[in-house]
Amino acid sequence: MIFIQLDACEKMLEDAQSTFPDECCGFLFGQEINGERHISEIMIVDNAKEGDKRRRFEITAKDYLRAERFSLKFQLELLGVYHSHPSHPAIPSEHDRVAALPFFSYVIVSIFEDHKIDVRSWRLNDERQFDPEAINAPPLEIQASNALTH
Amino acid sequence: MATILIPTPLRKFTENQSKLQVNAGTIQEALQDLASNFPDLKKHLFDENGKIRTFLNVFVEEDDIRDLQQGETQVAHDTVVSIIPAIAGGSI
Repeated sequence: MIFIQLDACEKMLEDAQSTFPDECCGFLFGQEINGERHISEIMIVDNAKEGDKRRRFEITAKDYLRAERFSLKFQLELLGVYHSHPSHPAIPSEHDRVAALPFFSYVIVSIFEDHKIDVRSWRLNDERQFDPEAINAPPLEIQASNALTH
Repeated sequence: MATILIPTPLRKFTENQSKLQVNAGTIQEALQDLASNFPDLKKHLFDENGKIRTFLNVFVEEDDIRDLQQGETQVAHDTVVSIIPAIAGGSI
């Protein structure tokens, strides 16, 4: 189970909205307690993909190192990555899977032009396939509607 | 012995250690040494052909080994090697 605090969630959804129709991306920080992940901070980073940012995202090595340093500085665990799927469902693609790492939560924000939003989280299993990770849905729904009225 | 910095998502395979010492003359040897000490790490470091995975960046100090001699890049006893996951994906 992954819980995303409301302010962190709002920032993530605003990023997805302001970046639309391109993909946004960033890091998730927090704590893991008894197998439950509590995300309290996000770090928005540039989508460094050269070319089609509507269908692809990439995070530079420099931004990755910045995220590792942030986690050390604030004593938060680097627990995952989020990115958006503009006009596509929040289901990982083969491209997502091939690049994915174990341990990380992969939160995908599906956002459509009509402002319909869906947020799901995924974890890579030992066979390098994605399994869905339960996510706290009600606050996400509240924040989705808030983000889109800004 | 060279030092290898392990990124957060791979630490579950290194008994949560973020920094390890390896005996190696090249990057390829350093990563192989790491994989032999932590076998579950191997598939996350190398592809099925034994090459360093495409979605893994390996830096020697501040330099990407792709700009050096790839896996044959030399390492010294005081070299710091960073494994940096390439974070990428997309909707299709």
